[in-house]
Amino acid sequence: MEQVVINGLILGMNYALIALGLTLIFALMGVLNFAHGQLYVLGGFVTYYLYGVMGLPFVLALVATAVTLAAVGIVMERALFRRVLRISSREESSMLLAAGTALLLESSILIVFGEKQRGVPPVMTGVYEVFGAYVPAGRAFVFAASALLVAGFILFMQYTRPGRALRALAQDREAALLQGVNVKRYAMIGFAIGSALAGLSGALLVTVFAVNSGLGTPISIKAFIMIMIGGAGVVSGAIFGAFVLGFVEAFGYFFIPGSITYLLIFIGLIVFLSLRPQGIMGKPWG
Amino acid sequence: MRIAAAALAAVAYLVVVPALLADKPYLLGVLTTASALSLISMGVWLTFMIGRINIGQGAFALVGGYTTAILTTKAGLSFWLALPLSGLAAAAAAALIGWSILRLRGVYFAMITLSLTETMRLLALNAKALTGGATGIVSIPTPGAASLFGLVVVPDFASVNQHLAFYYLSAALLLLGVAIVWRIANSRMGWLFRSLQQNEELAASIGVNVAKFRVIAFAVCSFLGGLGGAFFTASQQSIYPSSFGVPDSIYFMLYCFLGGLAYVFGPVVGTFILFISFELLHGLREYQMLIYSLVIIALMLWLPNGLLSLRPPARLAGRPEPAAAKRRRGAGQEA
Repeated sequence: MEQVVINGLILGMNYALIALGLTLIFALMGVLNFAHGQLYVLGGFVTYYLYGVMGLPFVLALVATAVTLAAVGIVMERALFRRVLRISSREESSMLLAAGTALLLESSILIVFGEKQRGVPPVMTGVYEVFGAYVPAGRAFVFAASALLVAGFILFMQYTRPGRALRALAQDREAALLQGVNVKRYAMIGFAIGSALAGLSGALLVTVFAVNSGLGTPISIKAFIMIMIGGAGVVSGAIFGAFVLGFVEAFGYFFIPGSITYLLIFIGLIVFLSLRPQGIMGKPWG
Repeated sequence: MRIAAAALAAVAYLVVVPALLADKPYLLGVLTTASALSLISMGVWLTFMIGRINIGQGAFALVGGYTTAILTTKAGLSFWLALPLSGLAAAAAAALIGWSILRLRGVYFAMITLSLTETMRLLALNAKALTGGATGIVSIPTPGAASLFGLVVVPDFASVNQHLAFYYLSAALLLLGVAIVWRIANSRMGWLFRSLQQNEELAASIGVNVAKFRVIAFAVCSFLGGLGGAFFTASQQSIYPSSFGVPDSIYFMLYCFLGGLAYVFGPVVGTFILFISFELLHGLREYQMLIYSLVIIALMLWLPNGLLSLRPPARLAGRPEPAAAKRRRGAGQEA
């Protein structure tokens, strides 16, 4: 039983990293980034290449992955989303553009990295014993790194100047503009951070689970579940949703065989959302 | 002028194309698939009309597909009875689920319908007694003869050119779907649907039964999805949990959007042009998907209101007239 709780905790922390990037981009731009899972996969592959194939130190590979993904995010925002958000007459178009971008990323990943499942050896070896449960050191490392990143993200958003600007932008775009926030620049920065977070979670988890080019959509769906539980566009909600999903998954896989766990999660989600449409911590209609 | 053009298009679609392609099964198959996909996309278009982004159409196509598969193999029912029943089963499921999830809007509705597609796949995977699980239901018989008052209306598919028979079946279904959606879009109900898209609270405050109309739109949408699913089950003679998945649901939505959300023919144009161009890119092998996604993105960047917005507005068939313009014209006539 302790094992299941520990597993849930580790899974939840990893998921929090995935959900944070998605919810950040949603809060800033009102864009539900369908390509989030593909960014995660891209992060996993970049780390596989730098750490697994080229043999760079893991921390260096992690930084390089974050920078690469941030650059991809900036290109996405500048080249695609900025224009579509400006010219389109319907709010749906940004979401559909994200779906198109997801296709583009997935096919590019397939061409560049191939269709094989790729994984890297864990960064640390050995097993710790915590409260009678066994935790492989590799997973403990991923947990600690995720926790550091989540804490760093929250501190950044709370106490730094760019963080405050991003929060202002998320609360009220016009008011932020009137206060002298360079809205275009911070929208770009937000997109870069969101993409980098997706890439970092991919980079950390590739040491535990392998990645393949088709993993993007399932990861996006998991991220959507998390922000639906917690409420879209709310940082605390994303973290809460991530832990709920992590624990439910850990318990589900322990007690119920196979894919029935996710069937129950989905059914539970539909019932939950019909009772509380905006999630636990969300504002009505995001 | 418009009637002549429509008649010409109908003749080309129903007579010229099948006559030319009767012995080219691949090309005929592409057009057949495009017709049936258009039918399913028509439904999604209707939910766009009430202002909901529906990524759950794959789920209802799956419901329709399994209904036909189970009814024709296990209950031994004729395909011609199973087909409408599949549409109705999907519509009933949609009404039941829609009653609660249609309270959601915007991205929440998009995300929950996306989850719904995944839920239905997992349900089909796990309800082994009914659906056969991962192995699906195979060797489903092709549609047999249908007779009305002793008169054979449709010949047994096994006794004629099957590719041609399925072409006509998909064409008939598409025409039915277009007729239904066209009728709705140009009726009072169509205008009520558009009022939901603009502002649900306002619509409710002037006495529109919002809950009822959005469930109707969702049920009709899923009815068309169910028919499409039933068609594919019959034409491929098999169905699996993965027959309609999240990517399919996303494509249905993209077809509508790229064709043009303001036009009844939007989903048809979008599906035909995109699906056929995807098939044409077949020779590019691994670059097929890449080029295709670039085409989709380019369309969104430079034609944000869909392919049909290329035509001059005055000649648009079935384009919903902006409410303000209609009011102005009415006032002008009175003056």
